[in-house]
Amino acid sequence: MHLPAILPWGAAEGFSKQMLLVLLSVVFIAVFFVLAARKQQLVPGKLQFAGEAAYGFVRNGIAKDIIGGRDFIKYVPLLFSLFFFILVNNIYGAIPVFQLPTFSHVGGAYVLAGLVYVTWIAIGVKKNGLRYFKLATVPSGVPWYILPIVIPIEIISNFVVRPVTHSLRLFATMLAGHLIVMIAGSGIEYLIMQENVLLKGTSILVLAGAIAMYMLEALIMVLQAYVFTLLTAIYIEGALHADSH
Amino acid sequence: MHQLIISAAAEGDVNPLVPNGWEMLVVFVGFAILFFIVVKFVVPMFEKTFAERAEAIEGGIAKAEKAQAEASAALEEYKQQLTDARTEANRIREEARAEGAQILADLKEKAAAESARITAQAHAQIESERQAAVVSLRSEVGTLATTLAGRIVGESLDDDARAARVVDRFLADLESQNAGAAK
Repeated sequence: MHLPAILPWGAAEGFSKQMLLVLLSVVFIAVFFVLAARKQQLVPGKLQFAGEAAYGFVRNGIAKDIIGGRDFIKYVPLLFSLFFFILVNNIYGAIPVFQLPTFSHVGGAYVLAGLVYVTWIAIGVKKNGLRYFKLATVPSGVPWYILPIVIPIEIISNFVVRPVTHSLRLFATMLAGHLIVMIAGSGIEYLIMQENVLLKGTSILVLAGAIAMYMLEALIMVLQAYVFTLLTAIYIEGALHADSH
Repeated sequence: MHQLIISAAAEGDVNPLVPNGWEMLVVFVGFAILFFIVVKFVVPMFEKTFAERAEAIEGGIAKAEKAQAEASAALEEYKQQLTDARTEANRIREEARAEGAQILADLKEKAAAESARITAQAHAQIESERQAAVVSLRSEVGTLATTLAGRIVGESLDDDARAARVVDRFLADLESQNAGAAK
């Protein structure tokens, strides 16, 4: 599934559309929020209000609710960047000209999940020292004879499976949605090409289905950005309060 | 577009789980730039605005509370002053009443004294006039009676000593008679 590279044009390797979209998303997000935040008026204008609502959603709706405490503000920049970076890159898939959710290419998802993985382990070690690995893998209140079973499960689920599911969840939903919309489009094209009028007419049904799938896909794009950020917040919270889990 | 899918499928060996290293690099760099901008500009500016807004609201509330407290203090003070003024007015009224009564009593006393003095003076004057009348009457009545009696009886009674004795005896009789009548 390689889209043609832009530089050099049409080559399998090179500067692809996906890369251009990723860099564009950085520009969009940075420009919008810097413009929105710049005025700093006590009574916000429309742009500032929109920016504050978006920022407040991540700050209060995710960081404060999940991490809480007094130092949740330290993790707001990471969560905020993740949410809007993924959101914009997903929404590309629903915008006609761009038409490519960049995380349908697995590399980006690996990078972000990897960053989050390193981050929460670092937070856990910084907060609890090396004891953190014991806290994260040996659950308290479990009888000693179950521990040989529980500890490997905890190690696998926390340190091996977690980053994989974290990245693949985002990648797979984006790829699947992208494929479904593409297949529906190809199907419509194929049916319209047919000589048979009835087969031509059937393309309308496919179109209706495609529109429904498009709406669902748009919802999933937003939802996955939220889920990815929410899971990040939950991992960080778990690392911060490892001794009470 | 289906040719595209067919051609993609024809590649066959492309595994969607194998990442493209350049794409990973671009995402990493892009995200790093975004994260830097967010940490450096976006979050501090929003947080500053939020803090200023919270401060403005809390400051406004504090100011309102202070004004409220001042207003109730002033009200309390006015009430206190009103009570004081009422007490003061009552006190002044009581004093005025007492003073009035005092003045009235003084005036009454003075009037009584004055009337007593006038009465006493009148008594004294009456007494002295009576004395004068008695004296003048005594001499005049004596003279008149003597003259009259002399005229009636003739020259024989011209002897003064004798006449005076007769008159005195007569007047003493009169007085004793008067005193007896007064008793």
